[in-house]
Amino acid sequence: MAELNHYLILSGVLFTIGTAGVLVRRNLITVLLSLEVMLNAVNLTFIAFGHFLGSADGQVIVFFVITVAAAEAAVGLALVISLFRHLETLNPDAFRQLRG
Amino acid sequence: MEPNLILFYAFAALAVVTSLLVVAQSNPVYSVLLLIGSFMALAGLYVLLSAPFAAVIQIIVYAGAIMVLFLFVVMLLNAPKEDATQAAIGEARATRVIGGLLAGAFVAELLWALSRSRTMAMPGPMGARESAWSVGEIGQIIFTKYAFAFEATSVLILVAMVGAVALAGRHVAGKRPG
Repeated sequence: MAELNHYLILSGVLFTIGTAGVLVRRNLITVLLSLEVMLNAVNLTFIAFGHFLGSADGQVIVFFVITVAAAEAAVGLALVISLFRHLETLNPDAFRQLRG
Repeated sequence: MEPNLILFYAFAALAVVTSLLVVAQSNPVYSVLLLIGSFMALAGLYVLLSAPFAAVIQIIVYAGAIMVLFLFVVMLLNAPKEDATQAAIGEARATRVIGGLLAGAFVAELLWALSRSRTMAMPGPMGARESAWSVGEIGQIIFTKYAFAFEATSVLILVAMVGAVALAGRHVAGKRPG
């Protein structure tokens, strides 16, 4: 039987992969995908704790997290589309007009 | 080795490998498809954790709906691959190194903290439940204990919908002639 620590370590590794993706990649869509990886790592933590505490609350929280992820993806992709219309690029380094 | 542990390691390895490939791919279409594989592996882990409802909404909503949205945007934009010929390639390499170091330090810290905490492996006061949670039980909790959060979620979805249309929609109707 896999213990709670197994799941927590897996979740930490997945979250780190997502963080590295957000920091390293220079493509807005891949950055959003890395955010989804991070959200999934957190979901795994919620469900693992819920299972090992004998509670269903973890699953309910995951339900809400998935809803928020859907909203985040919709707004984030809309932002990406309008940014791409302005500058014809997806490189986050190109959007530096506010830098002064 | 128990079958549960073997399944855990199989799904965990699949999730880690596909997630790494998501971050490493230069073509966003492959990234999206690999992320769906990562979601499938996590859904298998949710089933092992006696949460079949979460596994099913993970596949239907996440892999089915959200990833299709991503795929639509990738194909709609028809974006060029990550530009490697930019002038600031030295800056990009520095960012890569710093980001990789930070990520490595983060995972080392997590592993260190988890290896020190033996008490966390113990089940809580109620103990782990072996049988899976049914959809009926989950629904009862959502609509009683979390009823307000559920209703607030609907407002959130509405706001996201209006925001997405306002941000990405083309302003043609009556704004500018021609």
